[in-house]
Amino acid sequence: MGDMKIVLRLAWRNLWRNHRRTLIMLAAIVVGTWAMIFMTALMRGMVDEMVKDGISVLPGHVQVHHPDFRDDPTISNVIGPPSGELLEALRRPEVVAWSTRVRVPAVISSEQDTRGVTLVGIDPDQERGVSFVADDMTEGRFLESPDDKGLVVGRKLVEKMETDLGKRVVIMTQDPENEIADRGFRIVGIFDSKLDQYEEGFVFAGQGTIQNLLGVGDAISEVAILGTDYRDVEGLTRRVADAAGADTEVLPWNEIDTYLGSMLAVMDGFVIVWIVVIFLALSFGLVNTLVMAVFERVREIGLMLALGMTPRSILTQIVAESTLLLVLGLAIGNLLAWATIEPLKSGIDVSIVGEGMEFFGAASVLYPALYLKDVVLANVIVIVLGFLASLSPAWRASRYDPVRAITQVE
Amino acid sequence: MKSVRCVDLCKTYRQGDLEVTGLDHVDLEINEGGFVCLSAPSGGGKTTLLNAIGGLDTPDSGEIYLAGDRIDNLSKGELAEMRLHQIGFVFQAYNLIPVLTARENVEFVMEVQGVAAASRRKRSLELLEEVGLGGLGDRLPAQMSGGQQQRVAVARAIASRPALVLADEPTANLDSQTSDQLMELFVELNEHHKTTFVIATHDQRVMAYARRVIHMLDGRIVDDERRDEA
Ligand SMILES: Nc1ncnc2c1ncn2[C@@H]1O[C@H](COP(=O)(O)OP(=O)(O)O)[C@@H](O)[C@H]1O
Ligand SMILES: [Mg+2]
Repeated sequence: MGDMKIVLRLAWRNLWRNHRRTLIMLAAIVVGTWAMIFMTALMRGMVDEMVKDGISVLPGHVQVHHPDFRDDPTISNVIGPPSGELLEALRRPEVVAWSTRVRVPAVISSEQDTRGVTLVGIDPDQERGVSFVADDMTEGRFLESPDDKGLVVGRKLVEKMETDLGKRVVIMTQDPENEIADRGFRIVGIFDSKLDQYEEGFVFAGQGTIQNLLGVGDAISEVAILGTDYRDVEGLTRRVADAAGADTEVLPWNEIDTYLGSMLAVMDGFVIVWIVVIFLALSFGLVNTLVMAVFERVREIGLMLALGMTPRSILTQIVAESTLLLVLGLAIGNLLAWATIEPLKSGIDVSIVGEGMEFFGAASVLYPALYLKDVVLANVIVIVLGFLASLSPAWRASRYDPVRAITQVE
Repeated sequence: MKSVRCVDLCKTYRQGDLEVTGLDHVDLEINEGGFVCLSAPSGGGKTTLLNAIGGLDTPDSGEIYLAGDRIDNLSKGELAEMRLHQIGFVFQAYNLIPVLTARENVEFVMEVQGVAAASRRKRSLELLEEVGLGGLGDRLPAQMSGGQQQRVAVARAIASRPALVLADEPTANLDSQTSDQLMELFVELNEHHKTTFVIATHDQRVMAYARRVIHMLDGRIVDDERRDEA
């Protein structure tokens, strides 16, 4: 189209013809864009924290198990400690930390109560790098060595079982021959967790102590590995799997904890829905504005057609008008979103509402996370859908009858 | 070669239950370089005939040829192309694009045609001068009087040097002096560039410039007054 320049000039001038209407619509687009990006960043920040906390509780980024362990997480399904190729793989720089664990279902009894828990035998030095427990001790001490004879339990469990630091409890479980294995432990430390289910459901003891109790030598249930980025674990999983050999199962965190894993996918879907919903609200205003603008201009559009401008150029002109408005609104909206998110990067204290949120695994400080892909998505959706929404009024304008425009006397 | 040839044109409008005659079996030939007035009282069918010749409206029956080519069966797109390149229009009621300045309005057709900016500008300044609007090129239509607007429309109609100019009551909003200036401009263009003019009017002063006056009534040609070969 050779007349693109005049088409764009007309679009731009017509946009500013009704200042008030254009400014109102522009403000709506700016606020809508801001809401899309700002709210998405908040939600992303929340989910990121939840996932990070979830991963730090136990899974790590990648785990190595006996192939049957997931179906039957008992002491029958164990593997040897890392050696050879696997050990080499664990020493690569992409592995931030790793730890071995013995993990069995057990029953814990205090003087008052008896409960089912998961007993985890750990090497405290290794575990420090991978999971949360060492950092979240609120009373007593953390385990000091794999042969530590003490027991670390969660605050909630202590309360439920009406026991306390320094008291003795009995742990009972089964050895590989299905014989009862039990032992008395003194509670040496109490930990807090963001998730109640961990405070209630997990107890920690020295790995050597548990291996002795069960008579399994140096066998372990799992190796938990922490990489550099939880969002990018595919490569790490593949390389660990290659090194670990055929008699193991190597899984990334999002397959071990499918709830956590689905969280990210659900979030991606939610972001799209959120952006589209805001856009739909905007599009009513946009289409309405265009329909009005086009309706007011029956005569001059007819005149342009009469003079020989093609219907296609008229269509382009109206679409360009709407696109210019959208681009302008997006630019300001993006800037505003960035300007409001940037100062909040260091965290928003939401501890007042945070209490109730702990149930969902949410943190009490929110760090908005501005992802480029979300910003791009919001902009692309607004431009593409805005373009489509403006086609109908533009099409209508391009079908105007030139005769009506030029013969109608006001 | 005839500039315009109409064969048995008929057009009826429907206003509710009423049938109104727009054109009633019109046969007409206009030579290249002709300077013709269509004269009729209001409602006589002048605008309807000009719109048919200009490819803006299609007759119910009959044939229309411009420079030998039949146009009444062209598609909308082809008609737009034809109007853009062959015809200069001065419309009766509504002529200027409100967001464009006088100069931009004059240049509009040339710009859509793709004429280079420099030559467009030269031509529009020249024409504005010629229609007595030198210095007003940057005004918007809303900042000009009806007569000034009409002269901008005339400048636009002839700017791209079309072979045929169709003007529908071009002097309706002009005082007699300006209207004479305008007609002299038309005559000059007609003589120098062999541009064919068809002007609808019921103004005697305008008709005085014509070499042929076609009188219409109720959509029919009732008299064809040739003052010389046209
Ligand atoms: N769009 C239309 N709808 C209905 N009737 C029309 C329309 N345009 C013109 N007419 C009628 O056709 C007749 C011729 O009108 P027109 O060509 O505009 O005459 P003129 O230009 O000579 O005043 C008139 O009776 C007018 O009322
Ligand atoms: Mg008329």
